[in-house]
Amino acid sequence: MDTREIIVRLVLIVVIFLISLVIAMYSTYAERKIAAFFQDRVGPNRAGPFGILQPLADGAKMFLKEEIIPTNSSKFLFIVGPSLAIMTACIGSAVIPWGQQIQIGTRMYDLQVTDINVGLLYIFGVVSLGVYGVMIGGWASNNKYSLLGAIRAASQNISYEIAMGLSIIALLMVTNTLSLKEIAAQQHGWHWNVLYQPIGFLLFIVCAFAETNRTPFDLPECETELVGGYHTEYSSMKLGFYLFAEYINMFVSSAVMATLYWGGYNYPGMDWVAAHVGPVVGPLIGMVVLFAKIFLFIFFFMWVRWTIPRFRYDQLMDLGWKGLIPLAIANIIGTGLWITFVK
Amino acid sequence: MSIFYFIAFLSILFAVLVISAKNPVHSILYLVLTFFTFTVQYILLNAQFLAIVNFIVYMGAILVLFLYTLMLINLNKDSEPMKTNMVKIAAVLGGGCLLVVVVAALKVVGVSDPVLVRDPNLGLVKNLGKVLFDEFLLPFEISSLLLLSAMVGAVLLATKDPKIA
Repeated sequence: MDTREIIVRLVLIVVIFLISLVIAMYSTYAERKIAAFFQDRVGPNRAGPFGILQPLADGAKMFLKEEIIPTNSSKFLFIVGPSLAIMTACIGSAVIPWGQQIQIGTRMYDLQVTDINVGLLYIFGVVSLGVYGVMIGGWASNNKYSLLGAIRAASQNISYEIAMGLSIIALLMVTNTLSLKEIAAQQHGWHWNVLYQPIGFLLFIVCAFAETNRTPFDLPECETELVGGYHTEYSSMKLGFYLFAEYINMFVSSAVMATLYWGGYNYPGMDWVAAHVGPVVGPLIGMVVLFAKIFLFIFFFMWVRWTIPRFRYDQLMDLGWKGLIPLAIANIIGTGLWITFVK
Repeated sequence: MSIFYFIAFLSILFAVLVISAKNPVHSILYLVLTFFTFTVQYILLNAQFLAIVNFIVYMGAILVLFLYTLMLINLNKDSEPMKTNMVKIAAVLGGGCLLVVVVAALKVVGVSDPVLVRDPNLGLVKNLGKVLFDEFLLPFEISSLLLLSAMVGAVLLATKDPKIA
């Protein structure tokens, strides 16, 4: 790897990081506007035209609010909690292929930060690490509601991780690789994995909702039972980090779902387009298509949030252990039979 | 090599902190760090699959459950049962004996035969899968059965219903 390669990678890392943050920021705005649309209201419309500066105003508010660390809390861990939450949210996007190889000057570069050959498992690992932010924060607050929220988060994450892992195994049987770059490239020309793994995709998206703590699985921060859940004691930007991490997680899991199941940067007729616009613009159009898919998934996350009410805790566990896991195992067996006898 | 020694030092440091930490939750968090240093060691050995599985299974699942349990029972200095001095002395003696045995065993083994890895890419997922499902298929399947039976046993023990148990 020479200097130019390293510079391109660094630029890519910074750009992806900035894009994640901006998308997370504007997801908060989009969520309010979409909520307003569903409930027949106007939504934020004071800061700037159509309220477009609302996320900036919120950010300024978060930074300027009084910082409170409870007296009896474990102070170091109280700070570690939100930091860990935002860190694990940000590192997930490292293995996602954002487009085909792009030509800069005379050389080709990957539009991907790194292509490790266990990329899919890396994402899974980052997801499983994400719960520590919530658990540590909830425990360090020394508040019974926070603790209950943290414990709920832990058991929910563990339960849904199993179903998610099993749905990924079925996907692996189809793709035969763990590298996200190869998985995206394989889906070229309408070989989208969702066509081969519809049940796997359904399982994955339900688990993604649970892992990102989105409604209907937002029991760790269920305000009708637990005040604010694991972030009851948090204020100022530490609370902001927790809320922000949720939106970044939503963005990353949307990107993962688009890459794994919905063809990634592939779109119908892309060879024709690439032949006509050249090796620089072609991959960029693919990237735009990928982002369009991501935004559709983010919209879907919000659509569900403002449509479906929250589960009760025992229903959540029943769904995870008695519904999703058996279905995922049946899906693996079905996929195995299909590969052996049909394909 | 210097990276190895640095990470090994961190592993031992965190492992010592696990047993010396007063608060059980802190102790588990140090254990998480210890396992993280193991993951780094596996990556240095080019065993990516093992690294990521260690990461997912130990850090992401088992230790989360440990933490979960400890948070639920909420141990602290007031509620912790204090051991008598007799027990402490017995524990020190027992631990010392174990140390002597381990040191003696290591001395016999020696470092005469460094194991040569034939294929430096053995730890990559493709090669590992081929070895596991070909050469070591029987032990692999038997260990999976063992794990399954352990799981069924745990569920059986945890069930309170006398009709099922």
